[in-house]
Amino acid sequence: MSTVNLVYFSWVRERIGKGEEALDLPADVVTIADLLAHLKTLGEEYESALEHESVIRAAINQEHVGHGEPIAGAREIALFPPMTGG
Amino acid sequence: MTASVTVRVQREDFDLAAEVAALCHGRSDIGAVVTFSGLCRDEAGALAALELEHYPGMAETEISRICREAVTRFGLQAATAIHRFGRIAPGENIVLVIAASPHRQAAFDGANFVMDFLKTSAPFWKKEHHADGSVGEWLSAKDADDAARDRWSRER
Repeated sequence: MSTVNLVYFSWVRERIGKGEEALDLPADVVTIADLLAHLKTLGEEYESALEHESVIRAAINQEHVGHGEPIAGAREIALFPPMTGG
Repeated sequence: MTASVTVRVQREDFDLAAEVAALCHGRSDIGAVVTFSGLCRDEAGALAALELEHYPGMAETEISRICREAVTRFGLQAATAIHRFGRIAPGENIVLVIAASPHRQAAFDGANFVMDFLKTSAPFWKKEHHADGSVGEWLSAKDADDAARDRWSRER
């Protein structure tokens, strides 16, 4: 088990119902894709937020990463929808 | 002189003229300054405000990275980017980008480049608040914005 801080933004945050949490992750959660699959087992709110996995963007330690990125060593992982600033 | 990059993510408004003056202060080598301002539209009266959420820390880091890339790519002498967050009413400023260079084309291209990448990779999200008091949807990202970003990788 390793503990990681997760942060959520926009409708991902609203659907999960919180902006951040610290979670213990099983050892078989290796990549962002594994993390999304794991989170979806935690309850309906996660299933709803992460239903369309392909649109979910991720950042590790505040840098954009793809779903295949290993999460080893991550202090903070962020999940959010495509960005709409500017 | 090394290029100066100024990036701020803030709740309060900004003053375009003051930011241009600050960027040019004390130097006489700049020949072109291009500014882009993004404002909140009222959507024909339907919109009461936009709520802008951001990822503190990453927002600043990402915009700085984009500005430094523009400086290198276009040979800018200076770049400023300011992005607001929080509740923004129609008519108010959302974002300011300033690019300075010896000649105009680099400044035009630099400001354009920063905006195209800022829209698709700076962590900000807009939610609509309607004039009738109801809370609207989070805005969806536009394919046109991805296309605008991607043309920069085709041009060179």
